[in-house]
Parts: sequence; structure tokens; C-alpha cells
Amino acid sequence: MDMSANDYAISCRDVTVSFGDHKVLDGLDIDVPRGALLGFVGASGAGKSVLMRTILGLVPRQGGTIDVLGVNLDESNEAERSRVEKEMGVLFQHGALFSSLNVRQNVQAPMREHLDLSQQLMDELADLKLAMVGLNPDAGDKFPSELSGGMIKRAALARALALDPKIVFLDEPTSGLDPIGAAEFDELIAKLSETLGLTVFMVTHDLDSLISTCTHIAALGGGKILVLGDPKTVMAFDDPWINRYFHGARARAVLGGVAAREQD
Amino acid sequence: MPARGALDAVSSGNSSFAASGVWNTMSAAQVEPLVLDAESAIAHGTGTLSIDASQITIMDVAGAWLLHRLVAAGEAAGRPVQVAGLTGPHEVLLEEVAENARPPIAPLPEPPYPIRLLNDTGKAVIDASEDIVGITAMFGQTAIGIFKLILNPSRLRPIAILHHIEYTGVRAIPIITLISMVIGAIIAQQGAFQLRRFGAEMFSVNLVAILTLREVGVLITSIMVAGRSGSAFTAEIGSMKMREEIDAMRVLALDPIEVLVVPRVIALMIALPVLTLLADFAGLFGAGLVSWGYIGMGPDAYISYLRNIVGENTFWVGLIKAPFMAMVIALIACREGMSVGGSAESLGRQTTTAVVKSIFVVIVLDGLFAMFFSAIAY
Repeated sequence: MDMSANDYAISCRDVTVSFGDHKVLDGLDIDVPRGALLGFVGASGAGKSVLMRTILGLVPRQGGTIDVLGVNLDESNEAERSRVEKEMGVLFQHGALFSSLNVRQNVQAPMREHLDLSQQLMDELADLKLAMVGLNPDAGDKFPSELSGGMIKRAALARALALDPKIVFLDEPTSGLDPIGAAEFDELIAKLSETLGLTVFMVTHDLDSLISTCTHIAALGGGKILVLGDPKTVMAFDDPWINRYFHGARARAVLGGVAAREQD
Repeated sequence: MPARGALDAVSSGNSSFAASGVWNTMSAAQVEPLVLDAESAIAHGTGTLSIDASQITIMDVAGAWLLHRLVAAGEAAGRPVQVAGLTGPHEVLLEEVAENARPPIAPLPEPPYPIRLLNDTGKAVIDASEDIVGITAMFGQTAIGIFKLILNPSRLRPIAILHHIEYTGVRAIPIITLISMVIGAIIAQQGAFQLRRFGAEMFSVNLVAILTLREVGVLITSIMVAGRSGSAFTAEIGSMKMREEIDAMRVLALDPIEVLVVPRVIALMIALPVLTLLADFAGLFGAGLVSWGYIGMGPDAYISYLRNIVGENTFWVGLIKAPFMAMVIALIACREGMSVGGSAESLGRQTTTAVVKSIFVVIVLDGLFAMFFSAIAY
């Protein structure tokens, strides 16, 4: 195995995806370093979610290669692909919890499918994951329709973490949460990423999340990655869209707040 | 060969263990029995429990949990516990797991079988009574809705009604006429075959004509419509309920009964009689074909024979029932749609319930009509 490729959790080369005549991703290259907490920004419709779904294999691509954890998913054999797929957890935008299972069963669903554990250990692990994402013990017995938006996101994160993946994909994790809930969720993701050594690929519009949580930011535009780097580098990057994104009125308010917090 | 973890007792006296290898989610199934054995050994031992974890190469949350279980077992036995040799990140992980560990919740004891039986029976009775109340309430609301429409015809929703007539009526014509024709043909064939032994095969036409017009035409049509359109009504209204569209209507001062239920009821009450009429024709047509081929009664003879034996009342008995059938089907389907909860499973369950209930009620209603018509000798 090539060691340099192995330094990256995800490595895309020349990825092209189009729907009909509309090219959404046009020869896109991206390397996500291991352990990074990557915030992914771009205008609505720029293809952020499409890229995430392409890496996950949910959207077919017309060209290019994708390596996940140093494994090329097109060329690898069945066993290797299945191993890598178990190393990826996904938090979908609306949670995508199975509505006919309660929260504990949702978290156990991937364990039941892929592992041969005793029911007792699965119960313990499910309760542990629910505690780690900050849900109360009684939440495990509830059904998704009985949960609030924030609890759905937490439960879905617990399910994404069920198999202890190395990479977690988050699609707008803080959308629909109140600022307090969103800030708590950001802290939670940062803490989990640190303790578990996760690589996080987070599609987001939340400037607070980007600036306070992410170690890296990538911006998508015109079907390509405009820039990828630490938050300061990206904010200083000379591109009209990025300038407006990070230096508009809302962004200044957030950045001002962060600066004030740092001075405290 | 997947990576394995190991747990070895280092010394006698259950006081020292060495954990090594891979302790992660993938090896948890293999490590778990080792931990179970060690747990019971730890519970029986005394003195300081020391666990050497320096040979653990890979550890994640599942592995940390298993290690934590050893520590917890030692603490539960009242023994001092030392864990040595963890690398930095692994130590953080073990602390994180210990912090989030909770005492297991004891499951509620299940009541004994007779109690559960009584419980379920009581629930079923209450559900049935709620159903009757619910359907009656919806019938009343729909009647009020229709009455309001009569007072204020500008509130009628002709496009919605036409839309539902198209989907429940026009698009059901091929399948309903086909089925009715085949059933008419089968009854005629069976009747002719059985009556031939008495030399009374002509009477098979009487049999099929009266049966089709009075009962089979309307019943088959109602059952088909209950399965076809009743389920669609429940699914449509149920998925709107799931996505809070019904609540949105209420907040926008739109009455869901008036917007959703009344047009469906009216549309089905128009479509079902028309379908019944077509089903009657199709059934008689199928019977005519069989009579022609089976007992040699040509089309002209068949039609004039029919004229002699079928009174106008026979025809009306079947047709009068159709709007009533339509109303119960639409009301049951809409009511089940309104009681869909939040999950995809409940949508499926209510749709099934709607079809089963409306077919049941259609058949019961048909029986009541049969008693009624024989009582008034129509």
C-alpha cells in the first residue's frame, strides 16, 4: 500500500458527476487529511451533498477515482470494500432514523447486521453511544416520531458512530437546531473527533460551526474545490464568493463574536 | 484472519490480567467471552486487581467498554483496581467511556399471560368503540360540510372532485368491467352446468341476471374500489398527516374535512354508482357470451329473455346500494388516514386497516340491505 495515499482519509481525483447535461462536479480533486475536522462550504446547489453522496457511493459518477482510507473502492474486492464501508458513518440531514425502530434499536441496527455480539453487549454499547452523544437514558426507548429535532440529530449521530467508524460524514448537522443546541452539537462533534480520532467531513452553512469547530475548511465552486486549508487560509483566499461568504454582515458578526471570546 | 484481542490471567489468585492485541468493534465478538470469564474470576478474587493494557495495539469505544467492564467488575467486588500501560489516547477513551457508563435499566417485568389477555381484550374493545365514535363523528362533520356547501355552493371544489372521480372512477373502469365480466361468465357457466341435470339450464340466465344486478355487481365494485381507492385515500391523507400538512391547514383556517374529506366522499359517491352500472352491464355481457356458447342462446334471444325476467326493481336494488357503499368506504379510508402517527410503519398499518375495515363494512351493509329489501318486498 502506498504510504502517502494512506495519510489521507479520503482522496478524490478528477471526479466528475453530471445529471443530464448539468455538470455538478467537474474534475474535482480533494484530499482530506486523517483526523481532520473538515467543514465543507459552497453555495446552495453547488454540489456539496452530491460530493458527499458520491464518496459514499450513493450517486454514480462519470469519471475519476475515490480512495477511502487508502483503498480504491472501484478496484478493491468485496471483502475490502465492505471493511471500508463499515469505517464510514453518516449523519443524514434529516436524521434518516428508521421510523419503525426505537432509538436503541436504531443504534443497534448496524451492529446486529455486521457483528456477532450478545444482546447484552449490544444494549450496553447502544446506551453508551447514546450517553456519549448526550441523550438521556430514557431516550433509547422512544421512537423517532417522539423526538425533537435536536434529539433526532443526536440519535442519528449515535447510529453513525455505532460501528466506531474512522470517518463520519455529517450533512448539515446543525441545521434546524437552536443556537444553544447547535453550539452544543459542535462541541460534541469536536470532542468526539478528538477522543475517537475521527475524520469528520461536515457539510454545513453554519458559520459558527465552521469557525469555532473545524480544523480545515474546503470551499466548493464551479464543480471544483476552490480552496482547502485551515480556517484562516480559507478566509484570506481571494475569491469573490468566499469574500462575500466570510466577510458579509452575518460573517462579521460571528467573527467579531469569536474574536471577543478569544480575548476573554 | 481478522485481528484478535486477548486477555490472559497472569498470576493465580485472579489478581492480575494482561490485555493485548486488537480491542475494537470488529474483535468485540471474540473478546466478549474472554471478558465474561474474567469478570466472574474477578468477582471471586480478593486484593488489588491489576490490568496490564500495554500490549493493546488498537482500541476503540467498544474495546474501551469491554475494558471498562473489567474495571467495573473489580470495583463491584470492592477491590482496588489499577490499569497500567494504556497509551495517551486509549486512556482518554477509557475515561470517556467510564464517564458515560450508566447503570443498566432493569426491564419492566411482563405481567402474567391472563392479565395480558385481559389487557389486550380491553384494548380491542376500547379501540372498536373509539372507531365507531370516530366514524360517526366524521360522518357528522362531513354531513355538516356538505350542508355548508349546499348553502354556499361557491365553496364547492369542482376540480378536486373531478380529479378524484378520474382516479377512483374513470381509471378503475377497465379492471372493474373485466372482473365483472369474468365473474358473470363464471356464474352463468356454473349455473348452466348444475341446472342442466334438471333440464333447467335456461334458468341459469335468471340466476346470473338477478344475482349480478342485485348483489354481485355492486359488491365486486365496492370491494375493488375499497382496495383500490380506499387505500389510496388513506395513504394520501396519512402522508399529509405525517408531514404536518393537516396541522398547517387547520392553522390556515382551512377545514381538513371540507378540503380533504368532502371532495373524496362526493367523488366516490358519484363514481361508485357509475362503476356499478358498468359492472352490471359487463356481468350480463359475460353471462350472455357463456349462454351463447354453452346453452346455445343467441344474443337476440338472450336480450328478450332478460327483458322478461328482470324487473326494474331488480336493477334499482343493486344501484341504490352503491352511494351508501361509497360513503362508508370514503369515510373509513379518510378516518384511518387522519389517525396515521409519525412513522412509516403506522402509515402502512392504517392503510391495511382501512381496506380490511371497509371491505368488512361493505359486506355487512350489503347484508343489512338484503334484509331491508326483503322486509319491504321490493
